[in-house]
Amino acid sequence: MLYLTLFLEFFKVGLFALGGGLAALPFLQDLIEKYGWITAEELLNMIAISESTPGAIGINTATFIGYNTAGLMGAIIATIGLVFPSLIIISIIAHYFKSFNEHPLVESAFSGIRPAVAALIASAAYELSRGELFYPQNLTFEINNLKFSDLLNYKALLLLIFIFTGIRVFKKHPIFYIIAAALIGILFKF
Amino acid sequence: MIMKKLFHIFFIFFKIASFTFGGGYAMLPIIKRELVDNLGWVTEKDIYNYYAIGQSTPGIIAVNTATMTGYSLKGFKGAVAATLGFISPSLIIITLIASFFKRFQEIKVFQHAFAAIQIAVVALIIEIVIKMWQKSDKTKFSLLIFIITFIALSFLKISPVYLILFSAGMGIIIQYLRGNLKQAFKNYDSQNKNHNQLEEEMITNKTNPNNYKNKDCDQ
Repeated sequence: MLYLTLFLEFFKVGLFALGGGLAALPFLQDLIEKYGWITAEELLNMIAISESTPGAIGINTATFIGYNTAGLMGAIIATIGLVFPSLIIISIIAHYFKSFNEHPLVESAFSGIRPAVAALIASAAYELSRGELFYPQNLTFEINNLKFSDLLNYKALLLLIFIFTGIRVFKKHPIFYIIAAALIGILFKF
Repeated sequence: MIMKKLFHIFFIFFKIASFTFGGGYAMLPIIKRELVDNLGWVTEKDIYNYYAIGQSTPGIIAVNTATMTGYSLKGFKGAVAATLGFISPSLIIITLIASFFKRFQEIKVFQHAFAAIQIAVVALIIEIVIKMWQKSDKTKFSLLIFIITFIALSFLKISPVYLILFSAGMGIIIQYLRGNLKQAFKNYDSQNKNHNQLEEEMITNKTNPNNYKNKDCDQ
C-alpha cells in the first residue's frame, strides 16, 4: 500500500534525520534512488520553494513529496509520518529527562553525529548536482569530436560559482539568491 | 475548558509557523514574541532550553521545539496540539503550490527559471556544509568521520541510517577514549542535583512568578 510505505519511509526520516535544517536531505535523496517518487530536479525545486514559504524546510519538503506521490492524502501522511517519531520521543524525554541534551552520552554521540550529517548533506549535494553539471552520457560518443562543453555544462558551473560567491560575500536570506537565479535563468535561457 | 486551551495552543503555533521562514532558529524570535512577551506562558530561558533539547532529539528542530513547548503547557495533548498547529500552514500552502506546480512546469519561462534555481539551491547547500564545518570543533576526529561518511555514502552507497548510528557510536567511543566521559558524567550528576534542589525550593517557597505549574492550577 502506497500510503503505508509513504508513512513508514517518512517515519524513518523523522527518526534518523538528526541535526536539523537540511539533515533530511540525504534521506530524501535516498528515497529518489529507492522509489523514484521524485527526480533530482524536482527535489531541488521543492527545496527552493520550501525555503521561500512559511514553515520549516523539512516539513514543507515532506508535504511536497507526499503530495506529488499520492495527492492530498499523501501530503498529510508524509508530514505526519515525519513528525510522529519526535512527538513520541520528546513526550517521553520531556517527562523524564529534563536536561537530556546535556547528558554525556547524548553530547558525545552528537560530537560524532554532527560531522557525519555534514558529510551526508555534502554527499547529497554532490549527487543532486551531478545531473545539472555533467553530461556523462556523452562519454560514450567518439573521443575525436568530443569538446569540453559536451562533458561539462559550463553555463551551470559558471552560475554555481557566481551564486556561491554572492552567498559568501553578501550573506542575504536564501530567497534572495533563488529569485536572482530565477531571473538569470530566464535571461540566459537555462 | 481544556479543549479551549488546546485550541489556543494550536492557533498560536499555527501563527508561529506562518511567520517562520527557512531554518529552525528563525522561529525563536517569533515564539518569544507570542509565548513569552504576549502570553507569558513560558520564559525565554525555557524556550532556549527546549530548542537545545530539540537539537539533540530526532526530528526537525523547529517542530521539536514546538512539541516540547506544547508539552510543557499541557502535557501530551499540548504537545499534539502544538505540533499539529505548527505543521498545518505548511500542509495548506505547499499543497496549494504543489497542485499548481506541475502545470506551471509546462511553461518555458518557468523551466528556464527553475533550471537556474536548482543550481542556486546546490550553492546554498554547499554554503550550509561550509557553515557546519566552521561551527564544528574542527578536530581531526570530526574530519575523519566526515571523510569516512562521505565515502561510505557517495561511493559505497551505505544507507544514511547506518551511518548516523555508526557516527553516534563513534562519537561516544572517541569521547571515552579521550577520557572526557567520566568527568562529563560527574558534571552532569552534580548539575542535576543542584537543579533538583532548586526546583524543590521553588515549589515550596512559590517565589518564582513564572512557575507555570502555578498558572495551570488557575484552570
